[in-house]
Amino acid sequence: MLRLLSDRFLPNARRLSLVAASSALLALSAAPAHAELTIEISGAGANRIPLAIADFGGDTGVARALTSVIRGDLERSGMFRLIDPGSAPLNENSTPAWGDLRVKGADAIAAGSISGGGDGRMEARFRLNDVNRQAALGGAAFVTSTPMLRTAGHRIADVIYEKLTGEPGVFSTRIAYVVKGSGRYELHIADADGQNAQAALVSREPIISPAWSPDGTRLAYVSFENKKPVIFVHSLASGRRTAVANFRGSNSAPAWSPDGRRLAVVLSKEGGSQIFLLNADGSGVQRLATSPGIDTEPSFAPDGQSIYFTSDRGGSAQIYRIGVGGGEAQRISFEGSYNVTPRVSPDGRSLAFITRRDGSFRLAVMDLSSRQVQILTESRKDESPSFAPNGRMILVATEQGGRGVLSAVSIDGRIRQKLSIPAGDVREPAWGPFQR
Amino acid sequence: MNRLQVRTPFAAPLTLSAIVLAAFVAGCSSSPTGPEQNGAPVESRNAVTPVIAGDVQGRGLPAVLTDPKSILSKRSVFFDYDKYEVKPEYKELVAAHAKFLADNRQFKILIQGNTDDRGSREYNLALGQKRADALKKMLVLLGAREDQVESVSLGEEKPRNEGHDEAAWAENRRADILYSGEF
Repeated sequence: MLRLLSDRFLPNARRLSLVAASSALLALSAAPAHAELTIEISGAGANRIPLAIADFGGDTGVARALTSVIRGDLERSGMFRLIDPGSAPLNENSTPAWGDLRVKGADAIAAGSISGGGDGRMEARFRLNDVNRQAALGGAAFVTSTPMLRTAGHRIADVIYEKLTGEPGVFSTRIAYVVKGSGRYELHIADADGQNAQAALVSREPIISPAWSPDGTRLAYVSFENKKPVIFVHSLASGRRTAVANFRGSNSAPAWSPDGRRLAVVLSKEGGSQIFLLNADGSGVQRLATSPGIDTEPSFAPDGQSIYFTSDRGGSAQIYRIGVGGGEAQRISFEGSYNVTPRVSPDGRSLAFITRRDGSFRLAVMDLSSRQVQILTESRKDESPSFAPNGRMILVATEQGGRGVLSAVSIDGRIRQKLSIPAGDVREPAWGPFQR
Repeated sequence: MNRLQVRTPFAAPLTLSAIVLAAFVAGCSSSPTGPEQNGAPVESRNAVTPVIAGDVQGRGLPAVLTDPKSILSKRSVFFDYDKYEVKPEYKELVAAHAKFLADNRQFKILIQGNTDDRGSREYNLALGQKRADALKKMLVLLGAREDQVESVSLGEEKPRNEGHDEAAWAENRRADILYSGEF
């Protein structure tokens, strides 16, 4: 039987640098000086699941690339310990050498192959086996093509992750973030492993607060291209963008409702920074709350019934919750004098936010039922937390060596991945939804 | 209306992305079913079309607004840490701009509030708004018409000084006045 994953981890620092191994075209795709994000991980579980992934069968180059995507994803997650699968060729139909695998300590083995037709189409198949029970745990086949090969690898890694941990994998999700160059700001979309980065928007003026629509096709964000903050909704496939909030004063902090129909935004059009709701096309503006000071950073709870936000109504910046119909706001954060940027976990049970402690800004998580707070990092300058859609990791912007990097931190703080761009300044991460 | 649709062509440095996109689109066109086994398709990922945000052109302004000897060429008001009131030392400067706006009703201004870079970007945007609003309120009290003045915030996004010490922060706790044609 596979062991259940323990939540006890030992500090086991490792370093793994994954650089673009795919085509030269992809390496050039991020137009300016910056190449792709590179990932370094540190910390991992003491009870990582021992897993062997055999080299995929089929055309050597393609199979090797596919195998390396799958192994990279699973290893980086910090949830698995990769075991040498041995050198005997193995695919989804052959019987693994159970005895050898057991001796090596593998609990599970994945094996598969990739085959191509003449039309450029390929099919990747694999099977995941439980070594101790000598039985199949599952398998799948994905139709793919050369440009989509990495995506097929991520899908396979997602299946393996889910079968072995019981939670859906996020390897085939995407992330958005902003890269600042000299006098140039770019909103990038990349795969969750930092590869395939593409610029969705290039501007001379800042871009902040990107937020994915729940269906993953659009981003809302704040652009300063008109010398003031204006909220746009941007369809990624077409590049079509609409200024959905361009009122007198400042327009900022967009957050999608879980059904993708509405946005909570912050407008100063009626004086002060106050939270309003509007339809995703910019119509139907209505005020949510009224406070004498600042209300900002709204974030919907996953049930769509309440909104968490930051306010200084009590004298310092704290987190509050209000119903989508308005009414009385309830204060949520109490420890410390600066708690900002609330983001509710996908299961609605916890809240990621940034807290100031001893002059440093750190990522923290609150259990919403017990109100227990755990500080997850020892950073000086964390900002803009964003949950992975499976709720397992939080992506956050931080600073290292004077420049912006992204960090993915497990919700228990024990596994960390750093995503950086050589000589680039990366900020404002937003983890996209599951791909449907 | 508050709607605006922008679609701009690719600039030169992005043509390589366009090639990659073409490759993506080609990849997406594969049929979703496998011949032998009913393989689930690797769904067509939405490609990303890059957009270049537009630029704003400036126009000429009367010399009285730009001549270094004129008080109206001074456009910045600085604030203390965690403070949002316009300090008395700026009264003369603010009064001069208010008078100019009262005498020249065709002119409009944009006030951009700024903050240092400590803390949340969106919260700082709101703090910068408080500074811009305070300056606007004073201008209106001193004779500018409400509809001549728009107050907005750049938060921590456009620091005048990129440093991370007290001197840099002080320079960035600021509201700037821009006249029609400068924004």
